[in-house]
Amino acid sequence: MNSDTINTPNSTSSNTTQEAILRAENVSVTYGSFQALRGVTLDIPKNQVVAFIGPSGCGKSTLIRCFNRLNDLIPGTKVGGKVTYQGVDIYGDKVDPVQVRRRIGMVFQKPNPFPKSIYDNIAFGAKINGYKKSEMDEIVERSLRQAALWEEVKDKLKESGLSLSGGQQQRLCIARTVAIEPDVVLMDEPASALDPISTRKVEELIQELKENYTIVIVTHNMQQATRVADLTAFFNAEAEEGGKRFGYLVEYNKTEAIFNNPKEEYTRQYVSGRFG
Amino acid sequence: MATTEDTIGRTKKINLTRSARTPFRSYFDFFMTFLTGAFTILTIVPLVALVWDVVRQGIDRLGIQSFTELPPPPGLEEGGFGNAILGTLITLGIAAAISVPFGVLAAIYLSEFGRGTRIAYGVKFATNVLAGIPAILAGLFAYTVVVLTTGGFSAFAGGVALSVVMIPIVVRATEEGLLLVPQEMRQAAVGVGATNFQSISRIVVPAALPSIATAVTLALARAGGEAAPLLFTALNNNFWSTDIWQPIATLPVLIYFYAIIPYEAQKEIAWAAALVLLGIILIVSISSRLLARQRL
Repeated sequence: MNSDTINTPNSTSSNTTQEAILRAENVSVTYGSFQALRGVTLDIPKNQVVAFIGPSGCGKSTLIRCFNRLNDLIPGTKVGGKVTYQGVDIYGDKVDPVQVRRRIGMVFQKPNPFPKSIYDNIAFGAKINGYKKSEMDEIVERSLRQAALWEEVKDKLKESGLSLSGGQQQRLCIARTVAIEPDVVLMDEPASALDPISTRKVEELIQELKENYTIVIVTHNMQQATRVADLTAFFNAEAEEGGKRFGYLVEYNKTEAIFNNPKEEYTRQYVSGRFG
Repeated sequence: MATTEDTIGRTKKINLTRSARTPFRSYFDFFMTFLTGAFTILTIVPLVALVWDVVRQGIDRLGIQSFTELPPPPGLEEGGFGNAILGTLITLGIAAAISVPFGVLAAIYLSEFGRGTRIAYGVKFATNVLAGIPAILAGLFAYTVVVLTTGGFSAFAGGVALSVVMIPIVVRATEEGLLLVPQEMRQAAVGVGATNFQSISRIVVPAALPSIATAVTLALARAGGEAAPLLFTALNNNFWSTDIWQPIATLPVLIYFYAIIPYEAQKEIAWAAALVLLGIILIVSISSRLLARQRL
């Protein structure tokens, strides 16, 4: 474990210095007596795509769920350390998790549109976040265009979101997320349930969304990380004495460096396909 | 015959031919298949026989006057049981107005807020016990709580008694429906900045609406056929009544009274009333199945 080699891309000379929009400081997560993640420190710079890679059970999804307090939904979860969004501790006493999630959106592994019409899938989030009804048509169109779905669904906005194909559903979920204009979009393996063509569309979309949003993406697909991410963080799971496993951050750097010139032996083995 | 090699290189024959059947095995096979088939058919015999009997005996007396007229005094032939149909609808309406909000809200607590807590465990246990309590005790409960305190038999007391029968059915079926809503749906709602209340009221409950509708209709079908809880709550009434604070006639109670008095006309009316009751319950049950099938 190497929590002493603090992994901030800003500290490496090869990186352009950029403002960190999200920052994890010595974050540990436990579910009941099980420690899922130990001592993670990293910065997410603004308007960059950051990929989290690593074998199953290494805590990358757990970490991403800390960033918008989605772990709150799982009883028995404890988050140690500090997570800050634009300098504010999002686990602070006065912080409303609903407001956090409004600024930091999430796209899930399995496409999960609401059982409502395509239009209402997007309008739901906008309405509860106080957007006016008169703006709604515009918001729906803008979001669907951003998610590269508008052309495919513009004539059937009244149909159920569940009538779309898996890839379209996932883009609908992305549209729903960007409709409320968050700063950060978290994506938990957004393409793992999709076919290669849909996957490519989602990846192209991520590149476009980068202009306006900061994106953190968890992926099992290393090629995907090289294709979409500016920065990559490699996590690993280790068993301590007694057989309890916990996840930790091994290395965090520019994607190119992680894949071509990793500093850690574990990273080199993982990206060359020798384990995981 | 084809051959294959096992892991240590020995050649093995592949034999997929069925082994020879002894006569005993053949007979035993036939006998057991026959037995299971026969008992399967036997299970639907009571339903078919019951429906057949009720239709056969009730259809002659059924007519427009059944729905529009009052029962005849003893000795006379003409008349219907319109007041009892209306009374059944009124008592069921009262029962639904009580049990649906109670049951649905309780189910929402059990599935959304109290999942895994001791309170939820206790409440679930209690509803299971309540579901197993004889219906006549539900009537006794309403008798002590409503009849004795309001000073008389009434449609309202009947509704309370039926709601006790309905609540456990509504709670259990609604909870099951809510648990079927995928966890991803709740996460998605919360992920776009919904509060707990918004997530439940706008996403989870609407997604479970078909199940909730099924729960309610199932409970109505069950309560609609109960006579025991109404005997000493709603009692009976030989006239039209829409006053919920007065005794009221209902189909099951009318059937109960008319089936045991020695006038032929009344017995015929009881059969016709049974047919109408069966019709109401069938319509409600079938519509509940249809509602359950609807998904967006």
